[in-house]
Amino acid sequence: MAKVTIDDITIDVPDGTTILQAARMIGGDIVPPAMCYYSKLKTSGGYCRTCIVKVEQGSAKDPRPMPKPVASCRTTVMDGMVVRNITSPEVLEARAGVVEFLLINHPLDCPVCDQAGECHLQDLAYEHGKADTRYEFERREFEKIDIGDKVQLHMTRCILCYRCVKVADQITDGRVHGVINRGDVAEISTYIENAIDNDFSGNVIDVCPVGALTDKTFRFQSRVWYTKPVDAHRDCDKCSGKVRLWYKGEEVLRVTGRKDKYGEVEDWICNSCRFDHKKTSDWVIEGPTKVDRHSVISANHYENLRILKANIERQKKALPHGEKVQLGQGALDPNNIHGK
Amino acid sequence: MGKKLLLEHVDVPGINTLSVYRQKGGYASVEKALKTMTPEAVVEEVKTSGLRGRGGAGFPTGMKWSFLAKPAGVPRYLVCNADESEPGTFKDRYLMEKIPHLLIEGMITASYALGARTSYIYIRGEYFYVAQILEKAIAEAYEAGLLGKNIFNSGFDHDCYVQVGAGAYICGEETALLESLEGKRGNPRIKPPFPAVAGLYGCPTVVNNVETIAAVVPIVNHGGAAYAAIGVGKSTGTKLISASGHIKKPGVYEIELGVPVEEFIYSDEYCGGIINDRKLKAVVAGGSSVPILPADLILKTAAGEPRLMSYESLADGGFASGTMLGSGGFIVMDETASVVKNLYTFTRFYHHESCGQCSPCREGTGWMEKIMHKILDGDGTMNDIELLWDIQAKIEGKTICPLGDAAAWPVASAIRHFRSEFEEYVRRGHSIKDVKHYYSTKGIPEPAYS
Repeated sequence: MAKVTIDDITIDVPDGTTILQAARMIGGDIVPPAMCYYSKLKTSGGYCRTCIVKVEQGSAKDPRPMPKPVASCRTTVMDGMVVRNITSPEVLEARAGVVEFLLINHPLDCPVCDQAGECHLQDLAYEHGKADTRYEFERREFEKIDIGDKVQLHMTRCILCYRCVKVADQITDGRVHGVINRGDVAEISTYIENAIDNDFSGNVIDVCPVGALTDKTFRFQSRVWYTKPVDAHRDCDKCSGKVRLWYKGEEVLRVTGRKDKYGEVEDWICNSCRFDHKKTSDWVIEGPTKVDRHSVISANHYENLRILKANIERQKKALPHGEKVQLGQGALDPNNIHGK
Repeated sequence: MGKKLLLEHVDVPGINTLSVYRQKGGYASVEKALKTMTPEAVVEEVKTSGLRGRGGAGFPTGMKWSFLAKPAGVPRYLVCNADESEPGTFKDRYLMEKIPHLLIEGMITASYALGARTSYIYIRGEYFYVAQILEKAIAEAYEAGLLGKNIFNSGFDHDCYVQVGAGAYICGEETALLESLEGKRGNPRIKPPFPAVAGLYGCPTVVNNVETIAAVVPIVNHGGAAYAAIGVGKSTGTKLISASGHIKKPGVYEIELGVPVEEFIYSDEYCGGIINDRKLKAVVAGGSSVPILPADLILKTAAGEPRLMSYESLADGGFASGTMLGSGGFIVMDETASVVKNLYTFTRFYHHESCGQCSPCREGTGWMEKIMHKILDGDGTMNDIELLWDIQAKIEGKTICPLGDAAAWPVASAIRHFRSEFEEYVRRGHSIKDVKHYYSTKGIPEPAYS
């Protein structure tokens, strides 16, 4: 076990836990945002740099601070580590910088983007970004590409989080999907527009934090906030069959995996469940999903540090020092994922 | 005359062939190490020598070697980083081209010290002809029994391979180099784990620069203490400096660390002074990524001490008034040079070479290039200078690998020391395009700035 203190809240976590996971065990405002890290995908994280935090004390044995901000998703905790996230103006400033970098080449076409309303970049921008841009040059653009008949890649919106590449690598058979070119013209590609053709390829849609990979069967059908999510399951021989149906009226507009509050699916689902079963009669309805929408409504709540500090005090009371916290839902063992 | 350890025999005709190289005492270090020393003793000698990584970071080589994990039954590798791509640096090319056997000798001796059965020389794609020279030298070494099985009847087997890169600066970063060597896309890995624990193919690996490995040869031949006697303080031994720019005698020089910068620029033994005896304006002391310094700060530290060619002296004053020895790419600019134009070239380079893995570098380097282009075009504003400063600050230290820092430092230092020149570009607007610079005229132009 290691004792780690994040924004003045102390928690005991198992050895090998990352700072981000420890923060998620504490929960609340001190959890760093993550655009590329995905706990169910091995070697994910480290790329987007939104989760950077300051390590004020490396460990009890070696109390020196780390010289640079570190990616909390890829840094494991040490016993006695002291981490600053939202209580460090430096970190917030650096994060605002990362958000700005992510946005300078993003098309900001949210009004016509299917992801709007459940987009992590949108949330991040509202929480950490500024209202206007300092970037005055042409933004990069790519042609839209169909990868398979059900998934569309709109590279212009991509932030190169590599999550879909990891899905293609780890969940589906036969990797046909990777990154070509380099620098700011690097793009996700299937190389010569090869169609992704396997039973779990649809999961790239669920892991995409932005609207770069979208479900063609849902394209332009509805804004997500007009649809009602319902948890349902069916007997599926390929995957767990546990899904979320998105209703508009009586009609199922789309089927997705069940995502937790960090946007991570609980189970990978197969393409048959996702694309081919869009009738209520295909499913056993479990009931309406409780949605913890942390979306666009939460504009700029990080700006008011006074309220934040009050929240931290409240959390500290709720979680007395030394209390053992079990690994949260976000830490499923990737080996136990159904349908792999 | 400074002592020469690496380039002692560089002018001997035919030194690139094995026979001449052996006549001049070549492969003595292999024989000495294999016959009379244990691997640990070689590592100890390197530690004693105080040798520091010559690729740029200056990390003590002996310490790096002692970090190498040695689990039983797992192969270990030595990888030579010959992906020399830093603008202004060309010392490794010179060394490999002229004395290829020195590198191979170093590879064998170092591999013996590390217990590496196999080693790789990862050379940049643009050095294709150098790779051919190395291949030829390796073939000669195999034929003479210096590579292969049972070298010098010591029971030590070693194989050395040359791998040509495909033209990416980022593959000079050690973990990107290993990825590329494994046949993957050359993206830097996230550390930890460090290569000393999990490097090439997941096995413990040491990655060293060409010059570092070559320096192992004189260290083993003469002993670590003799090597440590050369130089000043913690900067021991000799260093190859690639001198370029507005100097009378550009080229590769082997210096004893601790030579005063002023002597290096002006003495006839080295650069021979500035072309046409013009005034020195600025120096990039260690390859494009290190901070540029104006003449007064490169010749003397902020405290007024003469600045020396050593790791410590060049870094004196931190980045506020100092720089780094880096890889030894010494670029001299005289008074006719434009720091702004020079910086544009650097930003363009780092934009082109960013791998695109992490956001600050991927997006920031392109942004900086565009702003620099705008300023050069005469469309810049004072605000753009502030913006450049802010962007570099948001890249530095926030990226996976040091390329982000390398892109940020030149921008920061150019603005720090030459802000007035940027303001000049902004003030003069479009008329700035008509200003003639050294390379665009045959005669001696008027200085652009006074």
